[in-house]
Amino acid sequence: MVSSPSPSAAAASALFPAAEVAFDIRALSLWYGSFQALRDITLQIPARQVTALIGPSGCGKSSLLRCLNRLNELVPDVRIRGEVYFEGANIYAPDTDPVEVRRRIGMVFQKPNPFPKSIYDNVAWGPRINGYRGNLDELVERSLRRAALWDEVKDKLRQSGLALSGGQQQRLCIARALALEPDVILMDEPCSALDPIATYRIEGLISELKSQYTIVIVTHNMQQASRVSDYTAFMLAGEERVGELIEFAPTSQFFTKPRDKRSEDYITGRFG
Amino acid sequence: MITLPRPEVAAPRRLRARDLRRPLRRTLREWACELPLLVAALVSIFTTVGIVAVLAAETLAFFRLVPLGQFLTDTQWTPLFLEKHFGIVVLLSGTLLTTAIAMLVALPLGLLSAIYLSEYARPGVRRVLKPVLEILAGIPTVVYGYFALLFVTPLLQALIPGLAVFNALSAGIVMGIMILPLVSSMSEDAMAAVPRALREGAYALGATRFEVATQIVVPAALSGIVAAFILAVSRAIGETMIVAIAAGLSPTLTLNPLVPIETMTAYIVQVSQGDTPQGTLEYRTIFAVGTTLFMLTLALNIVSQWVLDRFREEYQ
Amino acid sequence: MSPPAASYSAPHLMRRRLRGRLFEWLALASTVVAIVVLALLLLDVLHDGLPRLSWSFLTNYPSRLAARAGIAPALVGSVALIVLTAALALPTGIAAAVWLEEYARRSWLTRVIEVNIANLAGVPSIIYGLLGLGLFVRALNLQRSLLAGALTMALLVLPIIILNTREALRAVPRSQREAAYALGATRSQVVWGVVVPAALPGIFTGIILALSRAIGETAPLIVVGAVAFIAFLPTSPLDPFTVLPIQIFNWVSRPQPAFHANAAAAILVLLVVLLSLNATAIVLRDRARRSLRW
Repeated sequence: MVSSPSPSAAAASALFPAAEVAFDIRALSLWYGSFQALRDITLQIPARQVTALIGPSGCGKSSLLRCLNRLNELVPDVRIRGEVYFEGANIYAPDTDPVEVRRRIGMVFQKPNPFPKSIYDNVAWGPRINGYRGNLDELVERSLRRAALWDEVKDKLRQSGLALSGGQQQRLCIARALALEPDVILMDEPCSALDPIATYRIEGLISELKSQYTIVIVTHNMQQASRVSDYTAFMLAGEERVGELIEFAPTSQFFTKPRDKRSEDYITGRFG
Repeated sequence: MITLPRPEVAAPRRLRARDLRRPLRRTLREWACELPLLVAALVSIFTTVGIVAVLAAETLAFFRLVPLGQFLTDTQWTPLFLEKHFGIVVLLSGTLLTTAIAMLVALPLGLLSAIYLSEYARPGVRRVLKPVLEILAGIPTVVYGYFALLFVTPLLQALIPGLAVFNALSAGIVMGIMILPLVSSMSEDAMAAVPRALREGAYALGATRFEVATQIVVPAALSGIVAAFILAVSRAIGETMIVAIAAGLSPTLTLNPLVPIETMTAYIVQVSQGDTPQGTLEYRTIFAVGTTLFMLTLALNIVSQWVLDRFREEYQ
Repeated sequence: MSPPAASYSAPHLMRRRLRGRLFEWLALASTVVAIVVLALLLLDVLHDGLPRLSWSFLTNYPSRLAARAGIAPALVGSVALIVLTAALALPTGIAAAVWLEEYARRSWLTRVIEVNIANLAGVPSIIYGLLGLGLFVRALNLQRSLLAGALTMALLVLPIIILNTREALRAVPRSQREAAYALGATRSQVVWGVVVPAALPGIFTGIILALSRAIGETAPLIVVGAVAFIAFLPTSPLDPFTVLPIQIFNWVSRPQPAFHANAAAAILVLLVVLLSLNATAIVLRDRARRSLRW
């Protein structure tokens, strides 16, 4: 089986001018203890576009996503090799502080996880602990507006965030991430715990947000990937169940004329 | 959906490596936050060190005056009399007598009630019975002492002629009732951990509930039940107020449950209530007895934990 | 091929059923015995003590005359002891639990501390009394004071608070921590801003359990020197003191039935205090569970 970066991935690194690259991932490998989860991932993620990471479950897409904001390090015994350049700086350089990295990158999780605080405090907590000096009320309102939640909650900002519906909670989590005014938002299957209507609203929100933010979204739903994303990265767990990058291409091209046979098999449902 | 007018979209930021370095202020603050927590965690070590140090110091001073051999083999305990004897066996017999009686009550009843709650009782019944058992466990032991002396003893005296006012039987029985909830809840936890599949396999073979409970579940939960039993013994040995109130303060080397005795714990209370000046031999005796008590219960607790760890049944 | 009918006899099955029924009754009876004893105990105490309960009983001082004796110093002493114990044990216990659960990496030190705490939880309470006597009363020369008693009780309940707080912290889902870290929070910000507030109900329950245990303790306080005949209310932590359980113990140990009635009345007061504490704990825990709603 292929163990070096696949040709289609290497070709992609020439796709984008340097200024338009949000993440430049070079030969990234990841181990949980002795189990290798990712092998030699090389990929460039374009700025202010939606990039989808897809693949069957267990292929390492969530692990890759969490490498982008160094959230993987919460797991003990984790080992990383390779480099990830975020806006030009290697976030895995030896003296880099993960806290500084995460301040600049927002994340939304699979199951909505608002804090058991008020809606206001959910959004305000991030800026507060990072020493925000400006007008918090304005920031909260702006973030809730950008997450398309303001009109529904503006009269009940003091209510608990847990009192909202699933879709509203997820939008609250998006507002919470937006409050830190990051350039990038990472989304780990943000709709998989939601009903179709809530999913539809969030997908619409993603289209709105991409004009200002780089979005990387992990999804196991191919239709969602083709609806929502501009670029698609397809991953597979190869031999020894190690995740590898198989193909990276503009979404329309990926789903109509995939270059790799494995991509084609996946798209046509020969395995899932 | 509301859209804000789009602001001027600036080119993406370029970061430099030093933008991502941790500010010194934050490193110091984090460390300053962690230090007091670590100190607090070390307090528990300090407690153990303190216990060992205090016990050892006074006990060693005691053994400088009273040879260990005499402590272990003398058959009288009269440190407060003119003619002093220091046979720990006397107090040990009191402790073991009350403990044995308590275990005769607590172990069978505790295990049976655990089996009932785990295998027989309907959820509604369980929901009522379990809190009641918890209440039993929460009653202060001095209240049990009152109950033993002023209710149980007169009752038993009517049934057993010749029963002294202070005796090991009443105290032991009441202590057993007090320990029952501990045995019951620990055994029940052990039985709850037995997977349903095991029971269902037996039922499918046509076993009755009694057979499943006694021949499948209890053996499968045995390590937890044995650990519970050992802990119960440890608890009984360390119990003070019930025996201090109802079992008597007369050190007697006997196995007769109908006469007054004195346990190790009751002796410590007895001497503490008086005015024993520091540094005297009498003062040191309570530490010598305390050390014996401590080593006994520590050994039992360690064995109980070892049983749990070593023999814990692994269910996938 | 089904087994020949003659190998399985119907009366055998009936005997098994019968044995099963008998056992069920036996097991139920064992459970009920505990409840019956509890009921007997409460009824006995109520019968003996209720007539003796009165306002003057609550406000009088101990006396050689049973009819005039009261529990004022004991009641005040119990409350003062609990407050002081809480002030000492709560911050320490919560801090220790937070360190063990949120900061410590698996190492020999953490293992030693954990085993140590588990062992301490099983040490008889009278041993803590001996520790208090040797260390606080004598070595630190606090004498038989409220402070010495509170320090002793604080060490006694510390393992309970630590174990309960750790469980409460463990119950906070990992996703909460991940969300907080993803916002660029440092560990202390995650712990004190998100995890501990979310674990607060469980922590409260642990606190109340620990304090309930402390209120009912007698033996360690006797050893530390709380005596029963205190003629005044303690005004400073260095004053001598007494507590309800010791007063009860003292009265029960007297031969006169009148003092036994006093003891029963004091027991009722103690049980009421305990009951209110536990009821508060349950209410707090339920309300918090409702507002958290994982």
